[in-house]
Amino acid sequence: MNVIRLEPRLDISPALAAGAPIIAAGLALALAAIPLALTGIPVLRAYGLAAAGIFGSPAALGDTLARAIPLTLTGLATSLALRIRLYNFGAEGQLFAGALAAIAVGTGVIVAPPFLMIPLVVVAGAAAGAVLMLLAALIKLRRGGDDEVIVTLMLNVVMLFALQMTFTGPLDIATATVRSQPLIEQATLAWLGGVRLAVGFAFALAAIGLVYVVLRFTVWGFDIRAMAGDLVAARSAGIRVARMTLRIALISGALAGMAGAFEVVGTGYATQDIAGLGYAGIAVAVLAGRSPLAVFPAALFVAVLLAGAGPLKEVGASKSLADIAVALTILLALIAGLFTRYRLRWGRPVKTAR
Amino acid sequence: MIPLFEILAEASFWAAALAIATPLVFGTLGALLCERAGILNLGIEGIFAAGALAGFLAVHLGADIGTAVMFALLTGAGIGFAHGLLTGPFGLSQPLTGIGITLLAAGLAAFAFTALFGPAPPKITALEPIYLPWISDLPFIGAALLQTPLTYVAIVLAFAVTYLFTRTPLGLAIRACGENPAAVTAQGRSVHALRIGAVMAGSALMALGGASLSLAAGSFSAGMVNGRGFICLALTTLTGWRTSLILVVALLVGAIDAYQLRAQKELALAPQIFLMIPFVVLIISLALTRTSRRPRALLFGSATDNDRDRD
Repeated sequence: MNVIRLEPRLDISPALAAGAPIIAAGLALALAAIPLALTGIPVLRAYGLAAAGIFGSPAALGDTLARAIPLTLTGLATSLALRIRLYNFGAEGQLFAGALAAIAVGTGVIVAPPFLMIPLVVVAGAAAGAVLMLLAALIKLRRGGDDEVIVTLMLNVVMLFALQMTFTGPLDIATATVRSQPLIEQATLAWLGGVRLAVGFAFALAAIGLVYVVLRFTVWGFDIRAMAGDLVAARSAGIRVARMTLRIALISGALAGMAGAFEVVGTGYATQDIAGLGYAGIAVAVLAGRSPLAVFPAALFVAVLLAGAGPLKEVGASKSLADIAVALTILLALIAGLFTRYRLRWGRPVKTAR
Repeated sequence: MIPLFEILAEASFWAAALAIATPLVFGTLGALLCERAGILNLGIEGIFAAGALAGFLAVHLGADIGTAVMFALLTGAGIGFAHGLLTGPFGLSQPLTGIGITLLAAGLAAFAFTALFGPAPPKITALEPIYLPWISDLPFIGAALLQTPLTYVAIVLAFAVTYLFTRTPLGLAIRACGENPAAVTAQGRSVHALRIGAVMAGSALMALGGASLSLAAGSFSAGMVNGRGFICLALTTLTGWRTSLILVVALLVGAIDAYQLRAQKELALAPQIFLMIPFVVLIISLALTRTSRRPRALLFGSATDNDRDRD
């Protein structure tokens, strides 16, 4: 009997490896049109509106690019943890924790000049995110399974509730969302104007560079890559798997926490608008595959997805279209990864000794 | 603080706890079916939302409760088939596929609901509690057990799934898929077929959990699931994948949630503090306990058996 079987590709061409996620991203963008079309919204006009919302004006482009900064950090956080099969689905909650810490520290409890205040707020955010992920990793190690998955997901819900409790500030007329209390002036980058985008990018790219160098050129990086292959082999090679898991958890949580703090520092307050940047980080990580360097273009793409869904409210589409696009990106990028490593063959089943 | 013991002595409190526990029983049974077959189904949160919308839509279009339940079950089974296919024969990462499916199903449900009904969505007649002869006349227990038919379905299903796992060859085969897939293959059975079947059945139950939410409330909203799926997943590992404990732990979470709702009305604090209580309790319980009963092929096993997934 003939069956469809998956046959491993012996050598994977670099063009295929780079092209597959790009095709997946393009398909995700195209498939998001199906729900639009089904509801009778003119698809071309919708994409036109989306494009105008993404690139239409310098301000729109700036907003799109600004979104890529937290996405780079949450994507890097998820992707780094995935390397050792530590499932950090809690970038969302860690982002909220980072924002919360930034509000706690930056609203006037401590007053210092900006060159001290801003690093302090960002470090507080990183610490908050790191603590959350450390808790999840400790539970994973203690229970001996993959329970960090559930713990991080439940922490997302808890932290969203916690963040909502800070929304006691003024109502934002433009987006109809309630803000948190504002940060003191010394703790925000608002006075930098357009330059703050450059500062954010420099910071996000530095994080990527650092992770790349650690993974590629250090003993830690060697250990991490060994753990990515086979935990049993890594353990018998003398790698302290538990310790490395906790280290990665701390770094991963800190990256996502920093993303949250950075958002608050950038705008000077927190709103519900930062919700979703953590889950979208999963899409960034899956699109980027194993390479930290690919996190940046992946984050840019997901930023475009999120920015494009916003203006569609005008034609009656809800903002859940962004979630749909993000979800499609995750699923299609996973499937694209499968086709890079395997080819579909139609033929007789091969008997293999397993 | 509100007097705890007085509340525990009220039949209406236990009636509320049972009502809250009903979707959790369905969801946890569904998660258990998937996980004992060796597949983690993180799609649960989205399947809940899809099931809630399916049940709501069916009743809104004039179907009776039985048809609405069937429609929800089919919706769940369809999503489960996708998850089973992608993680089974295709060998994609179970957690990542599950997260993708959760975001997709929840996003589509929310999108469809707004597209269909706009800013002023309709309501449907909420499911009424049914009067049972004999039982409903009992003091205390009768009032606590005055529930919708779905609660009784959930209780019966909990026993049915226990029977399936402990007394039937099919249940044994499903459990073997979660413990030692190679042994199932050696028996001449198809691991993939069994797993896809189990994930479809499990996802159907998850969708029924979602439907029980919207049918009992008489309405649908995008935020209605609100982490309940994740609570179900936490309950499977917390009970060590034991079907016999599901009713007990679900009722316990229901009681915590009912108590929290009561406290919200009495105490002038932010409602979010109370809403996070069930989640915090579960995280603390996970941190304080451990289990030796994890299905061996769950995730760790799948990473070695099925080498297709390497990220």
